[in-house]
Amino acid sequence: MSTLEAPAHLLALYEQMYTIRAFEEQVMELLRIGEITGSTHLCIGQEAVPVGASAVLQASDAVIATYRGHGWAIARGVPLAALFAELMGRASVLCDGRGGSAYFMAPDHGFLGENSIVGAGVPMALGAALARRFQRRDAIGLVSIGDGAMNQGAVHESLNMAAVLAVPLVVVVENNGYVEMTPSQALTAKPAHVRAAAAYGIESVLVDGNDPDAVGAAVERARATAIGSQRPFLIEAETHRLVGHYSGDLQAYRPPGELDAARLREPLVRLAATISDDEATDAVRARVARLLAEELDVARRVPPANPERALVGLYAGPER
Amino acid sequence: MSVVEISYIRAVNEALAWALARYPESIIFGEDVALPNGPFGATKGLRARFDERVFDTPISESAMVGTALGAAVSGLRPVVEIMYGDFLLVAMDQIVNQVANARYVSNGALVPRLTIRTQQGATPGSCAQHSQSLEALFAHIPGLRVGLASNAVDAYEMLRAAIASDDPVLIFESRRLYAQKAAVALDGPLEAVSGSRVVAEGGDVTVVSWGAAVSDVLTARTALDERGVHATVVDLRWLSPLDLNPVFDSVARTGRLAVVHEANTTGGFGGEIVARVVEEMGSQLTAAPVRIGARDCRMPAAPSLSAALLPTPDRIAAELMTLVAPTGAPAS
Ligand SMILES: Cc1ncc(C[n+]2csc(CCOP(=O)(O)OP(=O)(O)O)c2C)c(N)n1
Ligand SMILES: [Mg+2]
Repeated sequence: MSTLEAPAHLLALYEQMYTIRAFEEQVMELLRIGEITGSTHLCIGQEAVPVGASAVLQASDAVIATYRGHGWAIARGVPLAALFAELMGRASVLCDGRGGSAYFMAPDHGFLGENSIVGAGVPMALGAALARRFQRRDAIGLVSIGDGAMNQGAVHESLNMAAVLAVPLVVVVENNGYVEMTPSQALTAKPAHVRAAAAYGIESVLVDGNDPDAVGAAVERARATAIGSQRPFLIEAETHRLVGHYSGDLQAYRPPGELDAARLREPLVRLAATISDDEATDAVRARVARLLAEELDVARRVPPANPERALVGLYAGPER
Repeated sequence: MSVVEISYIRAVNEALAWALARYPESIIFGEDVALPNGPFGATKGLRARFDERVFDTPISESAMVGTALGAAVSGLRPVVEIMYGDFLLVAMDQIVNQVANARYVSNGALVPRLTIRTQQGATPGSCAQHSQSLEALFAHIPGLRVGLASNAVDAYEMLRAAIASDDPVLIFESRRLYAQKAAVALDGPLEAVSGSRVVAEGGDVTVVSWGAAVSDVLTARTALDERGVHATVVDLRWLSPLDLNPVFDSVARTGRLAVVHEANTTGGFGGEIVARVVEEMGSQLTAAPVRIGARDCRMPAAPSLSAALLPTPDRIAAELMTLVAPTGAPAS
């Protein structure tokens, strides 16, 4: 990579990660002023994972995330205005307000959806991967889960099944240090997730989840393995959640100094230091802020979800 | 007697503390219940007071319920918290194929003395996987006891009864009521797992309800009162065992029956109540019974949509008015 290309590539990653960060911060504000209702899970601090992965993923790949999935949707190209509108309970083009923050889908963008049942996205991603193999599409099913999800039976059933059925499934475990309010290490021994994959004969790698390029390289390798040898792959991305588990979380469980230390390693701070060009990063942030303001404006003009449509679309066939 | 004005969630906390103190063999476990003091605060302070008998588990609902069963039949008295009723579905095999069978199939040799606490219902913005009311699925299963607490007093008494019981009991709490306060007697007599309660009397219509819907029915009842229509409200409290005597007594006087629950209407437990009343005293009904529940649908997150599906006090009042005065004329 020439010295001229490096900053452009890094600035692009910075812009994508900052877009997610600023979106999430705007969501926080919308919650505060009551334009978003209900519990909301933000991915602040974890932006490098979806951004790094999406740089490698193709449109034909299927992605499934968790309730902490705004970043994945944005990285997959879901329009910000539509996402704002969905979270605000408006008649959004995504799910018409039915999904909300924690359970929306955008299949047109290769995003099969969030999931609010811990671990439940993995079997579905296995199926999406299986379909791609049957259809000879040279594409994968990728599912992002939290570290806590690795304790669900459905996840382990799927890991074994993906291995024995030779399915191009990529599981990304975002180890963000916490399972709700309980520290991850209290529930799983390290590096349990990578070892668990090994137990099923699944190749795996532990990566720095705050480095988008490291995540991208891991996903590239995983994707090549999954498609090339029809074998599942597991990536454990070590990262840190910098905000509460959900919007109402008071975070009394955090030891003193923990967040300060984590903020030194967080993806945006780190990448800005690498880029080391304040003028350029400032310009990116200003551009993103303008874009977000415009998109929010568009979202605010979308009408609230129409109650007359509440019963529409439960079935493909006759409504009742 | 010590009577304290406490919130619903605090009442749950007091019942759990009571159980830990009273039964040395009792244990409490679930996700975030110990060190973090519980996702909704139900287990606040219990880890500090009772040490290892209150512990956190991984997110493994199936293993959690199975563990409760194995521990119960080995002499412990487990209380397991399932954070949302929706997550009971992850543990369905353990609850239905394992817990519910243990006593009967072993001919009494196994005693599944365990309690599953959860909370359920829709709140504005809650997603489709965090908003269901699922009690009918479990009331359908012989071998389980199922109760829903509609207020702080019942949250205390029904949970104590559940933990004291030798049967597996599933208690559905309501997070939308968690902050509601009431005067709770902490050292009153221990209740059995049974009994419905008449919470308001009126001669025009009998309304049967349970869980969070009871407070909506009471709101609707006030509106009806103003229009000269008086409702008896029966809080069923337990779907298993079922105590319908107060319902039969009331319907004998009113001739009209409505059942209100937040769960979906089709296949909801309301249908069972209607069937029993018709079987028992159909000839005394002067109008066809009415079921008022959530409209049969998935629960959307947008508040404007969920409000259109849920049995709100306005909708309950309107449907009760139609039942009592179908032509729109005031009731006699
Ligand atoms: C089956 C199920 N059990 C419990 C929950 C409640 N819950 C939501 S998120 C969460 C913690 C998940 O932790 P982790 O997998 O590490 O993901 P993170 O939230 O840290 O991203 C829990 C217990 C749930 N949504 N689904
Ligand atoms: Mg986590």
